Amino acid sequence: MAQASENGGARSRAPLPLWVTGTLKTVGSIAVTMLGLVFITFVIGRVMPIDPVLAIVGERASQSTYNAVYTQLGLDKPVVVQFGYYLWDVMHGDFGMSLLNARPVSEDIARVFPATLELATLGVFFGIFLGVPLGVVAAVRKGSWIDQVARVVALVGYSMPIFWLGLMGLLVFYGMLGWVGGPGRVGIFYEDIVPSVTGMILVDSILDRNWTVLKDAFSHIVLPASLLGYYSLAYISRMTRSFMLEQMSAEYITTARVKGMSEWDVVWKHAFRNIRVQLITVIALSYAGLLEGSVLTEIIFSWPGIGSYITTALLSADMNAVLGGTVVVGLVFILLNIFSDLLYKVFDPRAK
Amino acid sequence: MNIWKHTLAGATMAVALSFTSVATFAETPANMLVVANRIDDITTMDPAQSFEFAGSDVNQNIYSKLVNFDPLDYSKGYVPDLAESWAVSEDGKSITFTMREGVMFQSGNPVTAEDAAWSLQRAVLLNKTPAFILTQFGFTPENVAEMIKADGNTLTITTDKRYATSFVLNCLTATIGSVVDKKLAMEHEVDGDMGNAWLATNSAGSGPYSLVSWKPNESVTMQAFDGYYGGKPAMERVIVRHVQESASQRLLLEAGDIDVARNLNPEDVAGVRSAAGVTIQEELKGRLMYLGLNQTHPVLSKPKVREAFKYLVDYEGMQNSFLNGQYTTHQNFLPATYLGASNENPYSLNIEKAKELLKEAGVENLEIEVGVREAQERIEIAQSFQNTAAQAGIKVNITVGTGKQILDRYRARELDMSLEAWGPDYPDPQTNAGTFAYNPDNSLEAKATGLLAWRLAWDTDGLTPLTEAAVTEGDTEKRIALYQEIQAKFRETSPFVIMFQQIEQDGVRDNVKNFTTGEAISSADYKKVTK
Repeated sequence: MAQASENGGARSRAPLPLWVTGTLKTVGSIAVTMLGLVFITFVIGRVMPIDPVLAIVGERASQSTYNAVYTQLGLDKPVVVQFGYYLWDVMHGDFGMSLLNARPVSEDIARVFPATLELATLGVFFGIFLGVPLGVVAAVRKGSWIDQVARVVALVGYSMPIFWLGLMGLLVFYGMLGWVGGPGRVGIFYEDIVPSVTGMILVDSILDRNWTVLKDAFSHIVLPASLLGYYSLAYISRMTRSFMLEQMSAEYITTARVKGMSEWDVVWKHAFRNIRVQLITVIALSYAGLLEGSVLTEIIFSWPGIGSYITTALLSADMNAVLGGTVVVGLVFILLNIFSDLLYKVFDPRAK
Repeated sequence: MNIWKHTLAGATMAVALSFTSVATFAETPANMLVVANRIDDITTMDPAQSFEFAGSDVNQNIYSKLVNFDPLDYSKGYVPDLAESWAVSEDGKSITFTMREGVMFQSGNPVTAEDAAWSLQRAVLLNKTPAFILTQFGFTPENVAEMIKADGNTLTITTDKRYATSFVLNCLTATIGSVVDKKLAMEHEVDGDMGNAWLATNSAGSGPYSLVSWKPNESVTMQAFDGYYGGKPAMERVIVRHVQESASQRLLLEAGDIDVARNLNPEDVAGVRSAAGVTIQEELKGRLMYLGLNQTHPVLSKPKVREAFKYLVDYEGMQNSFLNGQYTTHQNFLPATYLGASNENPYSLNIEKAKELLKEAGVENLEIEVGVREAQERIEIAQSFQNTAAQAGIKVNITVGTGKQILDRYRARELDMSLEAWGPDYPDPQTNAGTFAYNPDNSLEAKATGLLAWRLAWDTDGLTPLTEAAVTEGDTEKRIALYQEIQAKFRETSPFVIMFQQIEQDGVRDNVKNFTTGEAISSADYKKVTK
């Protein structure tokens, strides 16, 4: 019996496959992080000096009206109980109703997040496709005029206020040259023409095969996306340059050159290959920053994204909307982190 | 090294391609009005609940009311809308409206007296924020069915006591007086909400436009109603786009992509003035900016000190500098264009006069705190006052806070002074008289926080009974005279230093005619707009 027991015990303690433990760890990590995020945002929402009841009833409401709404919102219950209810609802995908427009917050987020996703994705592509080559060239031609140009480009990107740059962009490319569309996602003539499937107008117009709307939507997104992309480019190019400089001074690069390898192969097949993992982190961070919503860009370009949604909600004391938006942004960060981790494993066998 | 050239060339091409030239339209279509406005305050489209500026602008065009304003001449006051005529009972407590025949809702349902009665009853029963506009006439959920009754083609409204007819009718021009399609709304009733949830995003009116869509913080689209009894509007479609930034509004306006820009700052107004094809249209709005002196303060409660403070405001200097064109000096609690409004502005900056008054009051080394909400124009006004008060030997400490922080202290009578703004709730003088000059119980226990006079702990020096008399005066001319009298006394004795009235400066394309934002008493009205 003892033998059988030992064998049985040994069988029950057999290690789980790596992919199962990995998945469990990831899911557990997401759950704990999300719980912390929801808790912190909830607490911040409760201690902020804004009054959601006042936002609903207005300054002229009587005390009895105020009290009725206070109770209706559940604010008379202990904070712990309020958090319990909120957590339960969030776990069921329910962020509650917007206190101000009386719509489900989840519906609002489903409307504004695709707008930000579309803008940020185009922006980060801009940043990657220009920033990475620029950074590589700047590193390889260190000290040359190209490197100086890259430095200036990055410096301007870091230091120029986005508000000013956005307005100047609008003034020049929309107001003076008429090359791009003005503020808004599409021109007034194309509002509500293509059915909303994904909420991203570029994608929806392609799905609808409506090339006129696609062209118009592109003309409206190109400027804000370029602007965001420029800031992304500034960051990505500087980091790429830095990573590449480190690699280019390594001994294996000298060895490769001594062996007669072409400069193209030295740079792209050796040095660049080794910075991919670091670049993934940089790009993921940059993308996450854009997905968080650039409030000022959204304001200047009348882009109804999640950044301006959260800001407006905050200024209007619409705490359900603030909490819902914050949780979604937090989730995006977490998912991007996980995605980065997966890519590490693809590009770096040691991470497997 | 060619590779670097290729890489750079590719990158440059990508940039060039990303800026593909797309022709912009020179102007909006002749039958479409496009307005840029900040519409992030809209919370619902239900007229029984809507109480914000942008929401009222929409509802004004979707719903008809018993009585309304003529957008081409607001000075006429209320005029018949769905009610063709009305008669007042001998005791002055009942008004019987005769409905206009043959009017249809946008749904195709006929507009009846029953719809009108139900709409008003519904507003009382739902008891949302603006319900007080109706319940101040004594309507309660229990009695409203008896007090507001339809009978065939007539509707009778009976109030709890005699009120000035102009008061009742002015209140019915507010958004809450909108007549809703009962049949349509009740088809969408959920849990006894009388269609409240459905009407938040849909329309059921008989006005010149129907609601096509409302995307919060994005846009509102309205379509002209072919069957509007007043004739189909010239603008087939009205689109109000949320454009937060003034500079963006200006660019859109000058490029011809919008017809009206409603939130231009002074710099952009100046720019638009010199642009071709656009003009600046100015309308007085109802918002007032004032300083309130807490009467629980031993010094600020002295009449001479109250008077002195009215000489310590640089009205003209502020109006001509940072408030440039956005506000005009106005020292009365009734906004200009309101029934009975006074345009007397006797005070101007006079440091010597103020010093003299302070000396007579025996005031020396006064130090006070003024609460200000964190808004640029308010902070600048407070700083200007701080500067001029210092010249009279008064030290003013400015406390800047969020709306809640300042409002909480104001309502608790904790601040020495408050710099506040006030906008009227409905287009009748009672809306402001009833808060600035009315305070029947000044005790702390009364907790009448909705009354501005109570917040300042001011017993109104005998203006309360006068205000009560004005609101029940049946003769409109006598009523106007009463308000003139109240305002004259108020200017002299009150602890309110009323300083400015707002002016809305809109950029409008030259080809747009008859656009109005409703002046101080109403909301934007698009039915008479032509291009």
